[in-house]
Amino acid sequence: MNHDLSLSSAHVPVLRLGDVLLITLQGDLHDGTAEQLQRDIAEQIVRSPVTGVVIDISGVEIVDSFLGRVLAEIAASSRLLAAQTVVAGMRPAVAITLVELGLSLPGLRTALSTEAALGMLATASPGGPRREPR
Amino acid sequence: MPEHETAAEQTTPASDVGRFLHRRREQIAQRWADEPLFRTVFTVSRDEAVEAGRVLVDALAQVAETGRVADTDAAGFTAVREQLTGMVASRARFGLTSGQVSTEVDGLRPPAVTLLAADLPEATPEHLRECTTLLTVLMGTLRLVVLETSLSEGQALIDRQQLELMEATTPVIRLWDGIVAVPLIGTLDSARSQVVMETLLESVVDQQARFAILDITGVPMVDSLVAQHLMKTVAAVRLMGAECVVSGIRPAIAQTIVHLGLDLGTVVTRSSLADALAYALKRLGADIVIAAPGGAGPR
Amino acid sequence: MSGTVAGVEARMPIRSDLDLVWVRQHVRRAAAALGFGLVDQTKLVTAASELARNTLVYGGGGEMAAEHVRDGRAQGLRLTFSDRGPGIADPERALSDGYTSGGGLGLGLGGARRLVHDFSLDSTPGVGTTVTVTSWAVRSPRQREEPR
Repeated sequence: MNHDLSLSSAHVPVLRLGDVLLITLQGDLHDGTAEQLQRDIAEQIVRSPVTGVVIDISGVEIVDSFLGRVLAEIAASSRLLAAQTVVAGMRPAVAITLVELGLSLPGLRTALSTEAALGMLATASPGGPRREPR
Repeated sequence: MPEHETAAEQTTPASDVGRFLHRRREQIAQRWADEPLFRTVFTVSRDEAVEAGRVLVDALAQVAETGRVADTDAAGFTAVREQLTGMVASRARFGLTSGQVSTEVDGLRPPAVTLLAADLPEATPEHLRECTTLLTVLMGTLRLVVLETSLSEGQALIDRQQLELMEATTPVIRLWDGIVAVPLIGTLDSARSQVVMETLLESVVDQQARFAILDITGVPMVDSLVAQHLMKTVAAVRLMGAECVVSGIRPAIAQTIVHLGLDLGTVVTRSSLADALAYALKRLGADIVIAAPGGAGPR
Repeated sequence: MSGTVAGVEARMPIRSDLDLVWVRQHVRRAAAALGFGLVDQTKLVTAASELARNTLVYGGGGEMAAEHVRDGRAQGLRLTFSDRGPGIADPERALSDGYTSGGGLGLGLGGARRLVHDFSLDSTPGVGTTVTVTSWAVRSPRQREEPR
């Protein structure tokens, strides 16, 4: 598997795991950093197409409407480039807050963990190892 | 307050008491350190008790100077409220009632009054009496502040217990590997819904559960507020990457939901907990085979 | 709005998106120190983030004041966001979901209101906007105000 650690973005590294981009967000994100990440992901997909994007937010303490919108936009633009986005590991307090805020992000696919997200993508992608539950 | 003759030198009882407290800060603190209240709270070292006494004297001096000796909300009291709360809590752990703690606080008055008399040998009897009265009022107010603190501590304890009770009546059960369920029994108000949501979400993380079942068989009434809470829980579970199934919607509740015009369209519902479990198992890829004829009917 | 002020904790400028990070971190620390539970901390920090961004984007910058408030046994945190921006002509409409004059999702004000216990908005067109929110650490099981 080709592990290509790309440091093209200022703060958030985008890791390429085979045909999946893996992004791990940590702590408190600067608005500019989030926007930069959005551009970086699109660029990466255009440069070398992938089937999936996994964004691990288990280390993120708050998601406000700005970051929520950035995540939704990453998912929407990746979909246009034929890649599925899965947001993984949202903390309970963050999920409760987002719902109370009125942001239920219906278009966003979610998973309990990065492993679960990678599993979902492997099942969904036609080229990946099919693990159809019977 | 009647103007006094000796007030010609521009001293009022309040300012005199304030100055006295500043001047005799160390002695008062030393005496208080030996009183039951301080002795029993600060058991580690006497220095600690003396230091706490100094802080309290400073606070009282501040109150006296502002002239608000009968005001429990005076700024000086606010500053020591936290310390007093700690002391009260410590005494409460020993099993003392609010009244007993209050009596211990009253024990701080005589040493202070004795020192005041010694501190003002020049004062006329009337002036001394006024100063003593003022100090007594001030100490009485302190007693009220402490009483207030201990009552609110009691209320806080009741609140905590109520919350614990709610948590205890909201058990999350692991039904299968990757499937958790909360059987809800009783009225679902805002506070309880919050607890349900938090405990369910925590268990989804702990168990890495892909399915969370909310069973509302035991909920007597579903109004728009309850339905809203259910929808929020479903949405939050989904954001975490799991799926929520609402089970136990009785016909009457189904009708209410329709009457209220609520759209539960995006929510997976099943009539019973068993059906919800079967649904989740199937989605997890498990097969349910009924071996014996007759099946699993209600016992 | 209830509660007496027990002390001013801080005043923080809101001039850049870096300031939003400081605001969030300050509110997180202050709420934790007052005994807020994790979920209530997260709600208040998120509300602060929304309001601070409003101050920055629509108000052209301003400041946040944080105060420790007390109401009987309850410990609270009150946050006041103020700017001297263009103001809001129709506050009721600004509070409804989906309303936005900027590029956002329009959840800022209405969303923030749902995340706190008390919310008040004071705005004069041409003068500026002040939003004050309060949340309480000891939220007893008594029912809190239901947002519409």
